[in-house]
Amino acid sequence: MFSFEGFLDLPLIWGGLLAIAIFLYVILDGFDLGVGILYPFAPSDDCRSRAMNSVAPFWDGNETWLVLGGGGMFAAFPMAYAIIMPALYVPIILMLVFLIFRGIAFELRFKATGIGRKFWDYSFHFGSLGAAVFQGLILGGFIQGISVEGRSFAGGAFDWLTAFSMMTALGVVTGYALLGATWLNMKTTDKTQIWARKCADYLLIFVGFFMGLVCLWVPFLDAELHQRWFQAPFIYYVWPIPLITGALYAGLIVSLMREKEVAPFLFSIGLFVMGYIGLAISLWPYIVPHTVTIDQAAAAPESLSLMLIGAVIMLPVILSYTAYCYYVFRGKAGHEPLY
Amino acid sequence: MEFLGSLDPILLARIQFAFTVSFHIIFPAFTIGLASWLAVVEGCWLKTKKPVYKEIYKLWVKIFAVAFGLGVVSGVVMSFQFGTNWSVFSDRTGNVLGPLLAYEVLTAFFLEGSFLGIMLFGWGRVSDKMHFVSTVVVAIGTLFSAFWILAANSWMHTPQGFEMRGDGILYPLNWLEIVFNPSFPYRLAHMVTGAYLTTAFTVGGIGAWYIWRKKFKAHGKVMLGMAMIMAVFVAPLQLVIGDMHGLNTLEHQPAKIAAMEGNWEHERAMPLTVFAIPDEEAETNHMALEIPKLGSFVLTHDWEGEVPTLKEFAKQDRPPVTPVFYAFRVMVGIGMLMILTGVIALILHFRKKLFDTKWFLFWCMALTPSGFVAILAGWFVTEIGRQPWVAYGIIRTSEAASPVLGEYVALSLMAFIVAYTIIFGSGTYYILRLLAKGPNTDEAPLGVHQKKDGKLKGAKT
Repeated sequence: MFSFEGFLDLPLIWGGLLAIAIFLYVILDGFDLGVGILYPFAPSDDCRSRAMNSVAPFWDGNETWLVLGGGGMFAAFPMAYAIIMPALYVPIILMLVFLIFRGIAFELRFKATGIGRKFWDYSFHFGSLGAAVFQGLILGGFIQGISVEGRSFAGGAFDWLTAFSMMTALGVVTGYALLGATWLNMKTTDKTQIWARKCADYLLIFVGFFMGLVCLWVPFLDAELHQRWFQAPFIYYVWPIPLITGALYAGLIVSLMREKEVAPFLFSIGLFVMGYIGLAISLWPYIVPHTVTIDQAAAAPESLSLMLIGAVIMLPVILSYTAYCYYVFRGKAGHEPLY
Repeated sequence: MEFLGSLDPILLARIQFAFTVSFHIIFPAFTIGLASWLAVVEGCWLKTKKPVYKEIYKLWVKIFAVAFGLGVVSGVVMSFQFGTNWSVFSDRTGNVLGPLLAYEVLTAFFLEGSFLGIMLFGWGRVSDKMHFVSTVVVAIGTLFSAFWILAANSWMHTPQGFEMRGDGILYPLNWLEIVFNPSFPYRLAHMVTGAYLTTAFTVGGIGAWYIWRKKFKAHGKVMLGMAMIMAVFVAPLQLVIGDMHGLNTLEHQPAKIAAMEGNWEHERAMPLTVFAIPDEEAETNHMALEIPKLGSFVLTHDWEGEVPTLKEFAKQDRPPVTPVFYAFRVMVGIGMLMILTGVIALILHFRKKLFDTKWFLFWCMALTPSGFVAILAGWFVTEIGRQPWVAYGIIRTSEAASPVLGEYVALSLMAFIVAYTIIFGSGTYYILRLLAKGPNTDEAPLGVHQKKDGKLKGAKT
C-alpha cells in the first residue's frame, strides 16, 4: 500500500492543514457568530433583518469548517481526538446545543411572525453568544493542558473551567463581535452601518485588552513557554509578532476613524491571524498541550497519505467555489426575506 | 446526581447515539431524495418553461432549506460524538474510518453547504442555467455524502482490509477493500433507493392533499404523478435490492438474520414468521403465525435450505431479538404497502382516474410519513442487529465508550432531547405551514429577474 512517509513529514503537514481548517472556521464562523452576538443591540428590526441576511447564505458553508476541524482531527490525529473530546466533554456538548439553536434560527426566523419571530431572534442571539463563550472556554481549557494517562483522558469533568479559560472566553466573544461588527460595516448601509461602526469602536478597546492579557498570561502558564517567548535564541524569531499585531491594531483604529468599509474587516482578520500564530508558537509541537505531540498522535502514515491526496485536490476546489459563493452574494445586504 | 451516577454509562452513551443519529438520519434521508427531485423539477422548468414547475420548485426548496438546516445542526453533533462518547472506538479505528469521514467532508459537505446558498438565495444573482447547476451540484453532494458515510458504516458491519496490531489499534492494508467492503454496495443502493422512495411518498402525499383540497390542483397533479412513477418503478426495485442486501447479511452477519427471522432453532426448512412475540429468556416465540418452509426458501431459494439459528450463538454474542424482529416487519410491511400503491396507481392511471379517486388520495395522504418510519425501522434492524459488536467481530460496543461518568452522559442526553424536541417540533410546524400555504402562484412573470447588479430590491445604497 502506498505511503508518502519516506519523503514527507506527514504529521507536520496534517498538523498544518488542521490548524488552517480550524483557523478558517474561527474567521468564517467568527464573523457570523459575531453578528449574532451583536444582534439584539441593533437599533431596529429592519437592521436585524439586514444583519441576518448578510450572513444567511454563508452560515452552512462556514460551519462546515467546524465539521472538517472535528472530522479532520478524528482522521489525522485519532488519539488526540480520543483524548480532547472526553476532556472537554461538557463545553463541547454545550457549544453544540447552542449552535443547534443558532443555526436553525436562520431557516425559521423569516418564516415566523410575532412571538415566534422573537423566539428565533433570541435563539439566534443566545445561540451565537453561547457557542462563542464555550468555544472560548474550550480554547482556554485546551491551551492550559489536559491530564493524560496512557492513551486516554484522566482528569476531571470540569478541569477546563479556570480563571484563564474564562478570560479566553471573554476574549473570543469580544473578538468574534469585532469581526461581526466590521463585517456588518462592510455589508450594510445607513443606520445599520453606523451602528456597526460604533460597536466596532467599543469592541476595539476590549479586544486590545484581552489580547494583551492573553499574551502576558500564556508565557507564564509553563516554564518552557516562558523560555520560548522571552529568551534567546527564540526571541530573535518571535519579536516581530507583537510588533505586527500592534501595527494591525493601529491600522484598524485609523481605518474605522476614516469610515472605511472593507479595511476594518481585513485588519480584524489580521489580528486573528497574529493571535493564532502566537498560540501556534506557544503550543508547538503538542496537539494535546504539554503531553501528546503531533507525531505521537498521528494516524497511520497510509491513512495520512490517502487523505493528503484528497486534501491536495479538494481544498483548492473548495476554496475556489467558496470564493465564488461569496462573489455571487457580494454587495450590500437587504432587509427582505431572501427566499 | 446520585441516581444519575448509578446509571450505566455505556447504555446511556448507546441511547444518546441512537437518539441523535436517528434524529439526524431523517433529514439526510429526506434531503437526498428532495435534492435529486428538485433538480428534476428545475430541469423540467428549464425545458418547458411551464410556471407550475418553478412554483413547485420554489415551494419545496424552502422545505429543503429547513430540512437541510436540521440535518446540518444535528450532523455537526455527530462529528463530535464519536470522540465525546466513543473515544476508545475512535482511537482504535481512526486509521481506517477517519479517512472515509474526511473524504465525506472534503467531497460532499462543502459542496452542499456552499451551493445551497445559491440554490436558496441565488435567483436573480446567477443565470437560470447556473442556478440549475447549483441544484444539481447539491444533489450530487448529497449522494457523495451517502457514499462515504455508508462506506464507513458498512465497514463496521463487514470489516476487511486492515490488521490489528499488538496495541489494539487497527491499521489499514488495502483501501479498496476497506471502502468496497462486502455489505457496502447493497447498503448504499438500499439506502439511496429508500431515500428516494421516502421523498416520493412525502411529495405524493402532499400532492394528493392539494388535489383533494381543490387548491393548487395543477401542482398537486405534478407532485402526485411524479411520486407514483417512483412507486411503480422504484418500490418493486427496492424489494429486489432489499432481498440482495438480506442475502449479503446472511453470508456475513448470520446472527442478525436469525434475529430478523426470529429463528431460534430451525436449522433447515425454516418457516417464515409473519408475526410472533419473541421471548429471549425462554429462547422461543409466542403466538407465532408461521408459513412453513417459506423462510428457508426466501433466504436460500431452497425449501429445505440451511439457515442460521439464534441458539448457534452464545447468549452474549446475540443481538437483542425483539427490536430487530419487529423493526424488520415494520420496514418490509411499509415496503409492501408502497409496492401496492404503485400497482393501484397503475390501474387507476389506465382507467384515467388517478387524480379523481378520493379514497386513493386519502391513501396517499396517509402514506406521507411512511418512508421515514421505514428508514428508521431499517436502521434499527441493521444497527441493533450488529450488537453486541460496534465493529463486527473486532470491537465490542462495551469496550468502545469514553472514560466519561454516567451522569454527564445522562445530562447531555437530556440536553439533546430537549434541544431536538424544540427544533424538530418547530421545524415540522414551519414545514407544515409552508405546505398548507402552498406554492406562490402570483409571482413576477417568468424569466424576468430581479436586478442583476448584485443588489436586492429594497436594499438601500
